[in-house]
Amino acid sequence: MILRLAFGSLMARALTVGMTILAIALSVALFLGVEKVRTGAKASFADTISGTDLIVGARSGSVQLLLYSVFRIGSATNNLTWESYQDIAARPEVDWIVPVSLGDSHRQFRVMGTTPEFFDRYKYRSGQSLALQDGQVMNDLFDAVIGADVAATLGYTVGDPIVVAHGLASFTEHDDQPFRVSAILEKTGTPVDRTVIVSLQAIEAIHVDWQSGAQIPGQSTPADVLRQMELEPQAVTAALVGVKGRLQVFGLQRSINEYPEEPLLAILPGVALQELWQIVGIAETALVGVSAMVVVTALIGMMATIFSSLNERRREMAIFRAMGARPRVILGLLVLEAILMAALGAILGLGLLYVALFIGQPLIDSAFGLWLPIEPPTLREVWVLLGVIAASAIVSMVPAVRAYRMSLADGMIVRI
Amino acid sequence: MPEANPILHLKDVRYRWPGRASFGLNVPDLSLAKSETVLLLGESGSGKSTLLSLICGTIIAETGRISVAGTDIASLSAGTRDRFRAEQIGLIFQQFNLLPFASVHDNILLPLQFAPERRKRVADLKVEATSLCQHLGLPDDVMTARAGALSVGQQQRVAAARALIGTPPLIIADEPTSSLDAATQATFLELLFAQSRAHGTTLLMVSHDARLSSQFDRVINMADIATSERGAT
Repeated sequence: MILRLAFGSLMARALTVGMTILAIALSVALFLGVEKVRTGAKASFADTISGTDLIVGARSGSVQLLLYSVFRIGSATNNLTWESYQDIAARPEVDWIVPVSLGDSHRQFRVMGTTPEFFDRYKYRSGQSLALQDGQVMNDLFDAVIGADVAATLGYTVGDPIVVAHGLASFTEHDDQPFRVSAILEKTGTPVDRTVIVSLQAIEAIHVDWQSGAQIPGQSTPADVLRQMELEPQAVTAALVGVKGRLQVFGLQRSINEYPEEPLLAILPGVALQELWQIVGIAETALVGVSAMVVVTALIGMMATIFSSLNERRREMAIFRAMGARPRVILGLLVLEAILMAALGAILGLGLLYVALFIGQPLIDSAFGLWLPIEPPTLREVWVLLGVIAASAIVSMVPAVRAYRMSLADGMIVRI
Repeated sequence: MPEANPILHLKDVRYRWPGRASFGLNVPDLSLAKSETVLLLGESGSGKSTLLSLICGTIIAETGRISVAGTDIASLSAGTRDRFRAEQIGLIFQQFNLLPFASVHDNILLPLQFAPERRKRVADLKVEATSLCQHLGLPDDVMTARAGALSVGQQQRVAAARALIGTPPLIIADEPTSSLDAATQATFLELLFAQSRAHGTTLLMVSHDARLSSQFDRVINMADIATSERGAT
């Protein structure tokens, strides 16, 4: 009955209490939302590549290599020569190797040259393979396989023509060598969704008539002639490597890093990801800190609401005292009230978060390529919610102690 | 002469409000017998509310003894005193003091939350509360209504039901009829007396309306039982 009375008292002040609950709910939703984005981003990054033991590229930073080769963020400062690539491919430890050639684009999407083996070897989300939504993997030199987001954003279907632009954000196009969409990939939630995949030879083919970043005036080799040509790349941007035995990874990594012919870098994707988290760790902590402060602000707002209601509720407290309630019951009532408000706020906040996730999931995915899964609250999130409720109980002690003192002074008779 | 085994007995009680040296209350002797109905008359500022607070134990006399149902309330710890008040005293206030947001049912049963012995005397809480409401002339469907939604007369009857439930030996009513019109006042008092008699409860009612005197077993003037130094209650 005391719980019912505390709830009834809250309902009697529905507007102010509602506002307080809404403030707590929004702050909780923000905090959990930041957590979702943070963990979602980590999971999304971690899920992007699996089954690849090493990524090899020109010597730069390991994070930089990971970002441009896997996440299509930034650009390579140098390439890996085809000879070096073949040397690595010929090493006995190497089980498989897939080249990645980046540099061109189509509209806002990166174009990646690779071999058909990419579709077998590239794994994401704990070993899942790429699957085709429609069409089939490159049969012709000018076939292109597009990611699900490319198809959705540009409205492409199998058979549609694609003109690749030279470089990134360039106005110069390889319009004399158009591609054709041969397949559309299923959604993966990885950068592959936003990639146009062509063969490594196709990348060479569209650059046959190019020199120093510009097309040689008046020169345009017909597509049929290109199809007959022996197109061997000079260099690739990076290579994804699978090793026969786990124990050989570090030996191979060391020998690639000490490769005498050219400065190369071999990285373990997981280790590079950890380095990336360390770099963004400060910003991440700051973001969590700011959202936690918003929760604290909402709780202080709740404390202020309880404080401001104390005077108008002196009669209510006096009635409880007259009926035999000890002052500590008054204290307990106010703490219970705060717990109820915080609990309602936490539940509402969780609800708001899921509504926002439901609405925002596809938008965030298409805008940022970040797939935020809609899953039941994690144990950590449950602890956060319980923490908010516990913090509300602690914060409410301040007005509760004041109410306790007021009820001691007022006793059972208050004439207001 | 004090009655044998009085339900309420004050002897040589002296109280002075802290920080208000100009006002004090002295009650040399006051006793109320079981089942007695007593009207306590007094002007504003005569110390009536102070006397009620002393009897209820929310303030403690500097000297003297106040016993309710044979227990010296000053000898109890603060917590025990609160519980003792809930067990032994039913209170009706001038301004009803119901929880407006709570149902009539919850308002009536509120004192039993803090008085386990009094609660034990009620076999079925809902039946007893409903029965009291019926005897006090409240409609059958009133139990689920919010107290704040009732008329003034109905609220006062709910306040009476709250004081009567669990049959506490002493009921203190602090000017309970001052907000009621003459007709409602008479009906309310009639019902209160009937219930008080039915349960053998002692009734101490404070008022400044001497016209009510004839309805009580005994009338006490504050001026006769207490001396107060000037001030306001």
